[in-house]
Amino acid sequence: MGSSIRVRAIANSEVTDVQTLIQHPMDSGFVKDDKGEIIPPHFIQQLTFEHKGRKVFVADWGTAVSKDPYVKFSFKGAGKGDDLKVGWIDNKGETDTVTVKIQ
Amino acid sequence: MTAHRGSFPLTRRLLLEGGTLVALAGVGPVLPVARATSAAADDRYPEAAFNQKDGNEAIRLLYDGQLAEPSDRIKLDAPEIAENGAVVPVSVTTTLADVTSIALVVPENPNPLAACYRLPPGTMPSVAGRLKMAKTSAIVAIVEAGGKLFSTSREVKVTVGGCGG
Repeated sequence: MGSSIRVRAIANSEVTDVQTLIQHPMDSGFVKDDKGEIIPPHFIQQLTFEHKGRKVFVADWGTAVSKDPYVKFSFKGAGKGDDLKVGWIDNKGETDTVTVKIQ
Repeated sequence: MTAHRGSFPLTRRLLLEGGTLVALAGVGPVLPVARATSAAADDRYPEAAFNQKDGNEAIRLLYDGQLAEPSDRIKLDAPEIAENGAVVPVSVTTTLADVTSIALVVPENPNPLAACYRLPPGTMPSVAGRLKMAKTSAIVAIVEAGGKLFSTSREVKVTVGGCGG
């Protein structure tokens, strides 16, 4: 099975632009299924990006982040070929991480 | 964000995080340093703020009771009309200096606090993502900069809610 995380990190001289797409249901716990039963909440709570052991971006999420979340940010201090480590944990304690090379 | 509560564990965290933060803490007075990096230094998920049913209360919990003052230096981009409340693109950019966190609140949602982004030094004060909106509501962006809170808001009309069922 592939990773749930897709990351594209591109260094443009000083600034690295990071775009991430994660496969996750992000169930809010407010929606009912076809049988009228509440779908229990299942959502990513924290998404972390690390460069050289230093956190460069931390997202804390609630139930209002859309299904298959997308997030975009930029940071300074990285170069082409550097590793960027991305990881999430959801409200059920499930996790996923991936390390990508900055392009 | 929650860092103002206890300076001791925070300072310890700063030391553990290592790198330049340690150098800063070593030369300067500890408290201002701790404040300036509060959002980046405390990794705990602010569960109580996310569980709140009231938007103002969520912000109060997230930022220890600080009040946000309106600022025209925050640019909040969102569609005027969202045909699909399940996927509303929202982006926030600010020209404020020393930004340590950006939070997004949708007051009309069942849980108004949608997201809080912590920006350590070196990370640009700009973030884009997609939110669910249950119905027509304002979106409020809170920016923590230099230990103070600033905000701006924008009304988004939702024609089909994103939390229905």
